[in-house]
Amino acid sequence: MLSFVQQFPVLAIVLPLMSAPVCALTRGKVFPWFLTFLVSAFTFAISIELLAEVSANGPISYHLGGWEPPWGIEYLVDPLNAFMLVLISGISTGVLLYARESIAHEIREDQLGLFFTAYLLALTGMMGICITGDAFNVFVFLEIMSLSSYVLIAMGARNDRRALTASFQYLIIGTVGATFYLIGVGLLYMMTGTLNIADIASRFAEIGGMRPVQAAVAFIVIGLAIKLALFPFHVWLPNGYTYAPSIVTSFFAGTATKVSVYLLIRFIFTIFGMDYSFGVVGLTDILMPLAVVGFLSMSLVAIFQDNVKRLLAYSSVAQLGYIVLAISLASNEGLTAAMVHILNHAVVKTGMFLSVGSIFFVTGTVSLKKLEGIGQRMPLTTFGFVLGGLGLIGVPLTPGFISKWYLIKAVLDLESPLGYGLVAAILISSLLAVIYIWRVVEVAYFRPPPAGATRGEPPLTMLVPSWIFIAISFYFGIDTTFSVGFSKAIAAFLTGGA
Amino acid sequence: MFFEHFNYWVFIILLMVGLYTVMSRTNLIKKMIGLSLFQISVFLFYISMGKIAGGTAPILIDPAPGAAPIVYSNPLPHVLILTAIVVGVATTALGLSLVVRIKESFGTIDEEDILKLEDEA
Repeated sequence: MLSFVQQFPVLAIVLPLMSAPVCALTRGKVFPWFLTFLVSAFTFAISIELLAEVSANGPISYHLGGWEPPWGIEYLVDPLNAFMLVLISGISTGVLLYARESIAHEIREDQLGLFFTAYLLALTGMMGICITGDAFNVFVFLEIMSLSSYVLIAMGARNDRRALTASFQYLIIGTVGATFYLIGVGLLYMMTGTLNIADIASRFAEIGGMRPVQAAVAFIVIGLAIKLALFPFHVWLPNGYTYAPSIVTSFFAGTATKVSVYLLIRFIFTIFGMDYSFGVVGLTDILMPLAVVGFLSMSLVAIFQDNVKRLLAYSSVAQLGYIVLAISLASNEGLTAAMVHILNHAVVKTGMFLSVGSIFFVTGTVSLKKLEGIGQRMPLTTFGFVLGGLGLIGVPLTPGFISKWYLIKAVLDLESPLGYGLVAAILISSLLAVIYIWRVVEVAYFRPPPAGATRGEPPLTMLVPSWIFIAISFYFGIDTTFSVGFSKAIAAFLTGGA
Repeated sequence: MFFEHFNYWVFIILLMVGLYTVMSRTNLIKKMIGLSLFQISVFLFYISMGKIAGGTAPILIDPAPGAAPIVYSNPLPHVLILTAIVVGVATTALGLSLVVRIKESFGTIDEEDILKLEDEA
């Protein structure tokens, strides 16, 4: 008889999965939300417990149905995915804390039960992708997450019918990405005869030189690049984030693309191995230029946006560029920077999207033109947004500064002219971030509010959670023991160094 | 070369036909058809990879005494692809229902017309 604690890895997945159909049966304004919140909070608690357990006693392997890997499906919790589980369930719980008023405002009441069903399935998918140790199982969870996220984005149609086309576009691109991943896994299975990630990894050295394996690497990397919205595969992201309901945008901005980044890290470092990924295949030459062009161009495009949500969405693509750049450096320091930025950006962006959600809740618009004087009309919310914006720019004492510090340190370790060029690119992109955040500040504080404009803050249940995210982000900007400490441990674990 | 890997060639041709349809058509229904073709070609790939030359259906039977050991085809890819077929059906259903909603709100299912309507809004 296994004890309850040993079942935690599977509970983290089964709990939201099984609650989803229950949620679909519930009606009313409060109950579906409350159930989802409860499940998410419980999942968060389990994830923290798993992270503590993994940091103390090393990786946990859970065999589904008692079948030994590599035959059965294995859930393998190691420092990397335990960290991701905490991040995902934490963001989800924080967003749900905020969700009740916001979503009731944006969605028909009789659809709330189904909305939260899709939300729980998206959470299940993200958690599943991270925890599973089986490459095909990853595909299944990837599709659970994707299908539910298409639904969640399309839910924004009540406010703006463009949500439907955004969702359709995401469906097409997302399916192409997932199918590429599926082909890659198929090719790997053909050559190794196994789907277990650890098992593939152990056999990879012998087969790495073969043509089907090289094709598999190409399919998987491109498939994941589409899913993580790496420039130039990002076209689905700005539309999706702009027209989705506020809480969906906040939830996805922090987690959805980060999960794909996690998969990319998992494949590059655990399965292919660093020597193969960067030495034999030369992924640096592919990922680095795309990342640099991505963050420069997307920061530039963000400057010209009128819709605040779209502005932040472009900024998200730019931030993903930083993360991919950090990964492409193929070093321990680079990986640390990537992990730090995954955490910091997730917290900051979620906080900012929640603030924008509050602005939408009160004023009914997110167009910059109509938000004149919003700093006086909604002082607390706007101030939270601006503090988050400072974090995106990377002002000292904000988490963005920590991320960029580690990123620049990792880049300078290259000790080559390329390194200096990259530092220059990062600084230029940060300056562009100053401009796009300043545009919002200018409209918010330096223009008088139009006569008769709505004033007042959103309900406390919305204001407090968005400030929690901003406060946590500042905490990570000042005390980096958790963020940098874990990131270093993960980087050391993945690169096999001390 | 072509007939030796016949199934794989068909898989790649279907994959590319599907991808090209998705990219080149502006009619959303035709895009969905392309996407389905794109996904279905991968089913063919998985099914082909499970087949072992001379292999029989993977049902355990005792070989006759003295006979050569029985070769079975690999059932695992077939099982995997059942899951992928379900995913494909779900994607198609969701995509088509989105097309219905788009038709209701925009009055057209042609991407270029929709883009024009979006710009006006």
